[in-house]
Amino acid sequence: MTPKRGSIRRECRVACSPDAAWRLVGDPARIAEWWPGIVDATVDGTARVITTGSGIPMPEEIVTVDPLQRRFQYRITAPMFKEHLSTLDVIELGDGTCLLVYSVDAQPSTMALVIGGAAGNALENARRILEGDQP
Amino acid sequence: MSPGRRKILFVTTDQQRYDTLGCNGGTIARTPVVDGLAAGGVRYERAHPQSVVCMPSRSTMLTGQHPSTHGVWMNGVPLPLDAPSVAAALRDAGYRTALVGKAHFQPYLDPFLRFEENALARTGTHPSGGSHRGFEHLEFATHGAMGGLHYPRWLAAEHPEAIGGFYAALDAELQVNSAGGGDTGAPQVKVNPIERGWYHTDWVADRTIAWLDSLDAGDDWFCWMSFPDPHHPWDPPESEVGRIDWREVPLPAGYPERREDRERILDDKPRHWRLWYDGALVSNYEAPAQWVPATMTPDQVREVNARNAVECELIDEALGRVLARIAERGWGDDVDVVFTTDHGELQGDFGLLFKGPYHVDALMRLPLIWRPAPSAAIPPATVAAPVGLVDLAPTFCSIAGLDAPTWMQGTALPVDEADAAARGFERVLTDWDSELFGVDVHLRTITRDGWVCTMYEPGTVHDGTEGELYDLAGDPLQQRNLWDDPARRAVRDDLIGDLRDSRPPARSHKLLVEAPV
Repeated sequence: MTPKRGSIRRECRVACSPDAAWRLVGDPARIAEWWPGIVDATVDGTARVITTGSGIPMPEEIVTVDPLQRRFQYRITAPMFKEHLSTLDVIELGDGTCLLVYSVDAQPSTMALVIGGAAGNALENARRILEGDQP
Repeated sequence: MSPGRRKILFVTTDQQRYDTLGCNGGTIARTPVVDGLAAGGVRYERAHPQSVVCMPSRSTMLTGQHPSTHGVWMNGVPLPLDAPSVAAALRDAGYRTALVGKAHFQPYLDPFLRFEENALARTGTHPSGGSHRGFEHLEFATHGAMGGLHYPRWLAAEHPEAIGGFYAALDAELQVNSAGGGDTGAPQVKVNPIERGWYHTDWVADRTIAWLDSLDAGDDWFCWMSFPDPHHPWDPPESEVGRIDWREVPLPAGYPERREDRERILDDKPRHWRLWYDGALVSNYEAPAQWVPATMTPDQVREVNARNAVECELIDEALGRVLARIAERGWGDDVDVVFTTDHGELQGDFGLLFKGPYHVDALMRLPLIWRPAPSAAIPPATVAAPVGLVDLAPTFCSIAGLDAPTWMQGTALPVDEADAAARGFERVLTDWDSELFGVDVHLRTITRDGWVCTMYEPGTVHDGTEGELYDLAGDPLQQRNLWDDPARRAVRDDLIGDLRDSRPPARSHKLLVEAPV
């Protein structure tokens, strides 16, 4: 049977320093700048509320903001999720580039694919911004 | 603009079997309008899709390319906005262009509203920049009343009381719903009290007529009228369900009534067939994850077929209204009508419903009728040679008097059997690729010389040695898999060789799945 819990990963190599990438994707308030379909984000302590392009407000709990590992984690706390954890890592590759890795684990599994699928598109958009191309 | 060119009404349905039309031998639904088009046009007996799910197949219709080339290899992979489009080619040549009904070039499950086709209804029916994929006018509908497309927004504004009557396509887990209804508890069946005139089938026809009425008499036009039915859910207006008493509907020839017969037939096929039947594996998102086909009763098969037939009748009648309006506008002699669908439906065959990685006639043999404009004076014909949906786009170019662009991979449809032979219509290819939560399945199929041959590429379910080989004349129900028959080894090797040699070019960069569907 289809699993109730889904786990999806997307990644994107970016021609910029990991610090530059982290300044964009590691700042929870800046997500609307690089994630197509998120039109607004407000942060209050560990609480973040994003608003999707369809007008849906999505409450989230920020779990990890670790600038040393360059890891950002959050949970969506909306009732439609029985479980959710998204993890965004910025990994230095040592050649002036870095790897953005987004992993999502969610139940229902369908939402893992919805969020992970959107994340793949968002990472590509972040790459264009960080490399100086207009999306 | 060149006056007097042939106009094109391209009519698609969703998930409709070949044998649901009277002209193709169907006995349940009455389809006099399409039957009439067939009588005056070309009826294809072996038209296959290049994929048996919506997004790849519809992308093939639009681009005239195989899935490996346009890149939409499974549902959930959006067709790039810069993909080639036959509508754009026609618009560039001066045609007015519209798409009314179901598009599905981009995923529907889109809470971020990232996809242009889901957002368009917020701003109207005319995309910014003048066109979208070559269409200047777009009005979208899909299978129900939820979401932000034009039809649900219209229903919410005009008849909000009707919204709750539709079947919920997804369950609380956002999986394809397995809940049953009707008289038999069949999955995806529901009593829908909506008034007939508010149902999406009539809405698609109404909006098509409205667009046609907006045109000048001298306009050349290409209109893709795309009905969401008879795709599940099977929730047609309840006022129409009484047309066909499911208790009187015969079981399909492809449904072995004895369980041991079903299981013997399934066990002769690659293992994912039986695994799905038993509820042990759901390899794709298009079937309800919580539904076990082995639990389906004969009466449920009858009720699904009855409701499906009602939906086919409503489509036929809606098409009749559009054709009548075209005649009233004085265009009747100059309009080509092409009627087809994106893929089929198992509809009880082998004890299964819905669709998936199963390359048999239930999903691959499609209704395809081309009624050329009477002014073209093309005699009626029946074509048995294999053709594909990939051939539609070059056909539209041919009708419009345009050379097919080099990016199109198909060939304009033959007008009769001799034309098919002269222009080399020998084979048609169909692919399946899916990756879902750690399960991947890959099928490569060729249909040629009365054989359907499918080879499996290695994946998590198959090791790459499996296959299916069916003799369409001797085994029209595809119940005897000859893949391992030593006496057929030469035929199998020849077909596989041809399949490998005929593969269309693949994209260098694989597109990502961005949503479930």
